Parts: sequence; structure tokens; C-alpha cells
Amino acid sequence: MPRLRLDVALTLLVLAALALAPLLGFGANHYLTLFARIMILAAAAVSLSFLVGGAGLASLGHAAAMGVGAYAVAILDAHRLTDITIVLPVAIVAAALFSLLTGAIAIRTEGVNFIMITLAFGQMAFFTASSLAPYGGDDGYTLYDRTEIFGLRLMENRLFFHYLCLGFLLFCWGFCAMLLASRFGRVLRAARENPLRVQAVGFAPYPFRLLAYVIAGTLAGLAGVLFANATEFVAPAYMGWQRSGELIFMVILGGLGRLSGAILGAVLFVLLETWLPNLTTHWKMIFGPLLILAVLFMRGGLIGFLGARRG
Amino acid sequence: MAEALLSVQGLRKHYGGLAVTNDVSLEVLPGEIHALIGPNGAGKTTLIHQITGTVAPDAGRVVFAGTDITRLSLPRRVQAGLARSFQITSIIAGFSVLENVALAAQAQSGSSFGFLRPAAGETVLNDAARNALNEVGLADRAMIIAGALSHGEKRALEIAIALATRPRLLLLDEPLAGAGPEETERLIALLRRLKSRYAILLVEHDMQAVFALADRISVLAEGRIIASGGTTEIRASDEVRAAYLGEEEIPC
Repeated sequence: MPRLRLDVALTLLVLAALALAPLLGFGANHYLTLFARIMILAAAAVSLSFLVGGAGLASLGHAAAMGVGAYAVAILDAHRLTDITIVLPVAIVAAALFSLLTGAIAIRTEGVNFIMITLAFGQMAFFTASSLAPYGGDDGYTLYDRTEIFGLRLMENRLFFHYLCLGFLLFCWGFCAMLLASRFGRVLRAARENPLRVQAVGFAPYPFRLLAYVIAGTLAGLAGVLFANATEFVAPAYMGWQRSGELIFMVILGGLGRLSGAILGAVLFVLLETWLPNLTTHWKMIFGPLLILAVLFMRGGLIGFLGARRG
Repeated sequence: MAEALLSVQGLRKHYGGLAVTNDVSLEVLPGEIHALIGPNGAGKTTLIHQITGTVAPDAGRVVFAGTDITRLSLPRRVQAGLARSFQITSIIAGFSVLENVALAAQAQSGSSFGFLRPAAGETVLNDAARNALNEVGLADRAMIIAGALSHGEKRALEIAIALATRPRLLLLDEPLAGAGPEETERLIALLRRLKSRYAILLVEHDMQAVFALADRISVLAEGRIIASGGTTEIRASDEVRAAYLGEEEIPC
């Protein structure tokens, strides 16, 4: 029987470091802002990894679901509704409904068509958000308040928010891992590898895939709620294909086959995009090729690389 | 005579002007092996696809255990008890041998919209899977990755998967294809064991195996059944010889 896998051990180490960081001198605001960005994007990447690596559904519109959650916060904020008892249910229902409607159509297609159709839905969401003039339109929308928890302004406490994001990331990881190991996940994993075989033992893959799509979208929507709170700002760019592409990149960079890969990929990605601009203003000239080289030479992502190193 | 378990009635399928399935009728009785043979291009595969539900016929009916299943999807037909194996081995290569079969058992045991328990720990499914693996002689290979099996073992695994769906009829599409002489021996013995408990529609190119196993043989040529009967009748039929002329010898 396998002992603690290397990728899981490494991921736990990273999460422990994040848990301890504020206590070890990394408690300054700019650090906490960076950590929040890492953890929230990592959680969204985990939900995407569940979808791509688990169910074999390569969505290029995952940021849209995240944006729906973020916009739920913004739109309610504009109407002075900031309590979590309203924000959370609205965000969950909105993200789930968005995923259900787009997924019901997208999952009828496969392969490249699925990628293109999720991309198209994502861009539809992007342009819809851009046209929401009362909520900032192109310019985005700055929140009046962070979401309150039963009337308490806990989210404004930077430490509380830090551990909330960490808790959410852990939840996403555990929840998706549980799903993949369950009966439901077994059908998903089997249908990813050989859909015809799955049909020939008596399963229609469609409802399983649709539910996976809705679950992943809802988790991304929740990540969007946190992201809006972290930045106290919401913009159409949250939904755009660039963000979706970044999420896909984190998943591939870390290693597609494992959920933990999404976390490691997100950490590396955000650290690079934060550190490289210190070197030169043309940092994207370095970042882009670096990512391409990483994909070319690290088959199976970071995790594949580590596994190969170990033998 | 017993009621037919599977009854194909007047099936027709055209691709453009080509009649790939031309008024085909055949029956499989409970507990019998009915073999379907025919030269390459006779339309065997298209016929199988219509029986299993991956291709819709233009006309005709497929009746299984008394119900018309002509419009049912492949998964529904499997749930009704019509299991199939594929001409080209179709397994989930990244799963363990056990999990391949447990997946099939899962389709027969409660809802698969279960989210909390790890499926790998479900003894009901694992036991059912082990039973099926026992029947095909793969019990000691249960824990290895299915992709690492030998070709013959993969064919046996596919039969185990079919058995785990608790079928009433097995539709085996060239189960011996690509198997070596020893593996063929083993698979023939396996099919003979299964024969008493399941009705089998066997599509096979290996004539020796067909004549050794089948109770009845139907011969498909150019989309039509040109002969149907016991092994001796088929062996003696001039029409069958003509259909196979230049193809392969019918062993006498």
C-alpha cells in the first residue's frame, strides 16, 4: 500500500507554511494580500483540476463561474446587502445555475468543441459584465464593504480572512478528493478514459458530467466571493478568458493527474507573476517562455517532475 | 421450443444506396450459443451495433426478453440484461483489474450518485467483482493495472466486466480476435462454462471455435442471412461455401 504520496506531502507542507506565515514575520499587509490571492486562485484551480483531470472536461470558461460569484457580491453590495446570510446563498445559486445552463449545452459536445463552447460562454459572461453600467461596467466596481458574517465585520480582520481562505482551500481539496474517490467519481474517471466502456456497463455519462460541471462551477463561484472580498473590487476581467487560461495553466503546471498539482501550480504561478515584475517591466517576455518551457520539459507538471526525480 | 430471449425482426440499415443490413431476422434462445459468421464486409459489425443500440436501424425491431428495445440507448439495454464485449478490447486501462469489474458491479448495485464513501472500499462491489474475475480465471490479477494485462487476459477481463453487469445475454464480438493458440484454448473453455447460464450471441472469425461451441449458426453475407441452422447443416451448405470462396476455408 502506498504511504503518504510525495505530492500530497509537499502540498501539506506548503499549506502548513501558509498557516504559519503570519506568525513567522510574514504578517504585513502586502504579504497577506499575496497569500490570499494564492489561496483563492489555488482553490479555483483545484475545482478546475477536478473537472479537467478528474472528469476529463477541459473548460476554458472556468473564470466565468468564479466571476459570477464575485459579481454576486458586487451587485448585492450596490444594494447595500452585505451579510453572508444573503451573499452566500445568492452566490451559490447564481454560480450553480450559470454552470447548469452553460454545462447542459457544453457537455453535449466533446474535445475541442467543448473547449470552444466553454470559452464562448465565458466571453458572453465577460461582455455581459462589461455592459453592467450600474455596477461599474468596463471600469469595474469597488465594494463599499466586505461581506459581513452575521453582522460582524470579521472579513476586515486580515488574519481572520487569511485563515478563512486557507480553510476554503483545504475544503475544496478534501471535497474534490472525496468526490473523485466515491462511486460518482469512479464513473467520472472511467468516462474520462473510455466513455464507450462506461456506457457498455450501463451508465449514461451525461448526468454525471453535468453534475461535476455544476459542482466545480459552484466551488469556483465561492472562490469568486472570496476574491471579491480580498480585492474589495470586481471587474469584468475576473471572467475573461485570460483568467480562465491562467487557471488551466496552474493546473497543468502543477500536474493534471492530481488535485494537489493545482495547488502547487497556483503557488508557483502567482509567486512568479509577483516576483518577475521586480526584475524588469518586460517581465511577461520572461514569464511566457518560462511557462512554455515548463510544459515542454516537465511532463506531468511539477508532480510528474518530482516523481521522475525520485525514480 | 423455449421463448426466444433475443429476437431480431426484419432489421434494415442503408448507407446511401448500400444495404448493409437487409431484412435480417434471428433469434437467440435461453442457454444457447448462437454464432453469427460471415466474410469480411458482410455487415456483422453494423448488425451488432443495431442490436446493442449504437446505430439506429431504418426499419425492423429488436425484442429482448419480451420487450421492444429498438429505441433504447446502449446503457439502457445493458441495464435490461444485454451485455456486450467489443471487437477491439475496450477496458479502462488506468484502473486496476478489480476496479474495472467493480465499476460494472456498481451499475447493478444501487445508485451511483454516491458522494461520500470511497468506492474502492465497498465490499459489496469488490466481492461481486472478485466473483466475476474468478469465473474468468483472473482472480490473482485483481490488483494490477488493467493496461498491464496480456492481450488474452484483457479479453477475459472484458468478459468478466460483462458478467458483472448481471446479464441474461452476452453479445461477444470476436472474443478470440488476436488471441494466441493457448489463450484461445482457455477462452473457448471459458465460453463453454458460461454457456449453461447465459444465452450467447457469438460473432467470431475462428471457425474451429465456432463449430466447437455453437448450437446454431447464422451466416451473414452482403447484409443478408443466407443460411441458418445447426453446425452440420451449415457445414454442408453450398451457399455458405460460395459466400466464403476465396475468403477462408470452412473446416470440415
